[in-house]
Amino acid sequence: MATRTKNVSVEDLQNIVGEGHAREAGAGDAVDGVPPSFVVEPGSTEEIAGLMKLANDRDLAVAPRGGGTTMSLGNPPRALDLILGTTRMNAVVEHVPGDQVVRVQSGIRFGDLQERLAGSDQMLGVDPPEAGEGATVGGIVAANSSGPRRYRYGTVRDLIIGITVVLADGTVAKAGGKVVKNVAGYDLSKLFTGSLGTLGVIAECNFRLHPRPETARTVAVELPDTASAGAASQAILHAQIVPSAVELVWDGETRLLTILIEGIPSGVEAQAEAASHILGGFGEVRELADDEAMPSGPPGAGDDAVAVKISAPPAELTGVLDSTLGASSRLGVTPRITGHAGTGVTYVGLSGGEEEARAGVVEELREIWLRRGGSVVVRQASPAFKERVEAWGPIGTRLDLTRRVKDKFDPRGILNPGRFVGGI
Amino acid sequence: MQRDLLIRGMQDILGPEGVISEREQLRSYECDGLMNYRVIPELVVLPETAEQVQSVVKLCYDEGIPFVARGSGTGLSGGALPVESGVLIVLSRLRRILEVDIPNQRVVVEPGVINIWVSQEVAEEGYYYAPDPASQIVSSIGGNLAENSGGVHCLKYGFTTNHVMGAEIVLPDGTMVNVGGGKAADAPGYELLGAFVGSEGTLGIATKITLRIVRKPEAVRTLLAAFKDTEEAGGAVSGIIGGGIVPAAIEMMDSLCIEAVETAVHPGFPRAGAILIVELDGPAAEVEYQFQHTIKVCEENDASEVRIAEDDEERALFWKGRKAAFAAMGRIANDYYVQDSVVPRTELGAVLKRISELGAEYGMRVANVFHAGDGNLHPLVLYDNDVEGEAEKAEALAGDIVFTCLEHGGSLTGEHGIGEDKKKYMPKMFTTEDLDTMQLLRCAFDPHQICNPGKIFPTPRLCGERPGPFRMHPVQQAGLAENF
Ligand SMILES: Cc1cc2nc3c(=O)[nH]c(=O)nc-3n(C[C@H](O)[C@H](O)[C@H](O)COP(=O)(O)OP(=O)(O)OC[C@H]3O[C@@H](n4cnc5c(N)ncnc54)[C@H](O)[C@@H]3O)c2cc1C
Repeated sequence: MATRTKNVSVEDLQNIVGEGHAREAGAGDAVDGVPPSFVVEPGSTEEIAGLMKLANDRDLAVAPRGGGTTMSLGNPPRALDLILGTTRMNAVVEHVPGDQVVRVQSGIRFGDLQERLAGSDQMLGVDPPEAGEGATVGGIVAANSSGPRRYRYGTVRDLIIGITVVLADGTVAKAGGKVVKNVAGYDLSKLFTGSLGTLGVIAECNFRLHPRPETARTVAVELPDTASAGAASQAILHAQIVPSAVELVWDGETRLLTILIEGIPSGVEAQAEAASHILGGFGEVRELADDEAMPSGPPGAGDDAVAVKISAPPAELTGVLDSTLGASSRLGVTPRITGHAGTGVTYVGLSGGEEEARAGVVEELREIWLRRGGSVVVRQASPAFKERVEAWGPIGTRLDLTRRVKDKFDPRGILNPGRFVGGI
Repeated sequence: MQRDLLIRGMQDILGPEGVISEREQLRSYECDGLMNYRVIPELVVLPETAEQVQSVVKLCYDEGIPFVARGSGTGLSGGALPVESGVLIVLSRLRRILEVDIPNQRVVVEPGVINIWVSQEVAEEGYYYAPDPASQIVSSIGGNLAENSGGVHCLKYGFTTNHVMGAEIVLPDGTMVNVGGGKAADAPGYELLGAFVGSEGTLGIATKITLRIVRKPEAVRTLLAAFKDTEEAGGAVSGIIGGGIVPAAIEMMDSLCIEAVETAVHPGFPRAGAILIVELDGPAAEVEYQFQHTIKVCEENDASEVRIAEDDEERALFWKGRKAAFAAMGRIANDYYVQDSVVPRTELGAVLKRISELGAEYGMRVANVFHAGDGNLHPLVLYDNDVEGEAEKAEALAGDIVFTCLEHGGSLTGEHGIGEDKKKYMPKMFTTEDLDTMQLLRCAFDPHQICNPGKIFPTPRLCGERPGPFRMHPVQQAGLAENF
């Protein structure tokens, strides 16, 4: 790592955000073991712009931070001077229920927003597990976090309709708008979704909303083997029912495929019957109560030393399970698997065994699923593990273009240097 | 490069039948569906494979020759308008459906494949391709992708961007990249696919596209309701959506539009101030419940008539009337100028009122047919090109309508794109910083600005160093700190 001269003082930062909102960083502010110098919390888009101008002029490495729930996603930073915390930017700027859209500042906690929208019987159709831990909306957008209901509502990219960002040099720019249907100009909202704070700081986002379902039921089938996981999930996918989620849990003795049905009572009733009927062909079916309906924590929680995300074609569910279970047992590692079976996204937590063995499992899975058109991303691991296994894996032909995009938006490379794909 | 050398170079790649250079033949490509703008290109080329597209683009890049992609040429904003002394790359010969993958609910196509072919290909398996622009029997998937096209059923199912899962793109320098996960979700890295969809042919040429297909719904119910005026019909729209229903489609037509459609295709629509076509689809029990609610809302909003499509035939008749709306304008006016602005749904009433006032002020007729569910208006300004000054007047009125929509928090365009037509309005919706930031993306994809130049942005930006206070830090200059 390069030795850096710190050419900024806490007063410089306080001049922009006010006295109470800039401080020396503490031990808890480190990102993957790399300690920042300061934590600064702007209260407005203009203040973010002021901070970025300063950072750009003085060559300070900046890591934007929302709720801080997903800071270990990606590679360890190559440099880090400032943590730019967004949680003071927590206003709902505009919500017109009749238009089913909302405009928020990026630092609002997702849970607070959802609660507020519930008052109008509406919701933002994303449900990432980090939401329960205080994740902010901006953080969810930047990390492209998703949850079970992506099967029905899509992911952030499908629901975001407008964005305001502050670029590395302090330029404030917006794209999209507050209408759902809109093709004026490039769709920068999507470009910033999942960009992990490497292209700019997200200041505001606009979303399309959905009506809150009146009621819900969850039916699940006990899976006798991995083959029936794939077959049952295919049977649901090709049926005419419209579930909100099709989820898999494969954790010790718990082996379930669960189907979440939401909507109006009569519709939910009929569809839950239909789903039970289909699932009955694969194993014992039971109805789950609300609190056991969705898998508890995602892999990465508890004893898991490493958590990875496997993206694969959804019809390959059995293959994903077999490859994970096979590599784990051969290398003496214990896997915990949950996943969005309907969309081909699987999370694997690994515990037990030597670090080398865990790395071996991840590398083997990455080799297999890259070859079959998917990807394996390390979601959570120690910095030492990430020295062995790069977080994102190769991105093929688009690496060069990806670098060019980064260079245009952040020519001096001050935003989250090193954390993203290809060492960006 | 001399013209004859360029022709020879293209012929080497495509063979003689793949290159059009005769002026008379070039004429057929001088405009797209928006005929107000016409430019004759230097050459038209008709590649048949992705590799040929790549070679053509490479040649253009090496010689610094601008090029424009064209699908079926039905665009309504001049997106496929050729550039003078440039090459028009027509993709309609790349028309193979490469793969149908039902287990993963994907279809992989070449860009010249016509939208409706995809649904036809998978119909027997119980699937369809959801985005359904009214032009779906002629427009290409490549053009749909470039415009992020919408259709009447996009209210519930999303636009083209929600259904394109991957693309192979020839970049303006001739390199080929794959963006998006294709069959797998969440490809790591920037969402380059999401940025490419809707970029109106300015970031490269899509040569292979992976689409998501959707299971046909168990039930479909369609009704047509007649109202005294657009305001009452608008009240019903709010009532339906406010009741927590996301219909597959809600379309509105005003009296002038109904008149034109009746004359053209005789769907037997009621004579009314406004009609709504509402379609619900999904699981049968849910649809039935919500359909009854929808009927009730229409009645509560004083619908003079609610007609329910009893079978597929009657449903098709409703839609035939709706989809014929643009073409039918020929029956009541010589020419028309269509806008595509969007307003927040709650502003519909106020905006429609203002549009009719503007029509009266200009002394011109404006017919309205639109996607009411998402506030996407299609005001059709009727005029007669043979009357001196009318075309200009129509455009001025259309412009005022656009500004009205922006004042009410809307957008310049919901599905037709900016292209050549609306770029002059972009500064009304976006600041200079917004537009410059969008063009950073352009600069990353197309630093020499040879790919569909001059579209979308009123002022192109230079792709060199960013303007502004870029200075190397003294520490860096002295070599004391690395630029990371
Ligand atoms: C009667 C009628 C009804 C219509 N109804 C609708 C509607 O309901 N909804 C709607 O959204 N639109 C509608 N349109 C507009 C038009 O049909 C759509 O914009 C359509 O997607 C254009 O497809 P195309 O193949 O004709 O593209 P073209 O007009 O040939 O090109 C459109 C743009 O796409 C670019 N392009 C084409 N192919 C590629 C490629 N492979 N890679 C990159 N860029 C490419 C071109 O450069 C151009 O900028 C309608 C048009 C007509 C004439």
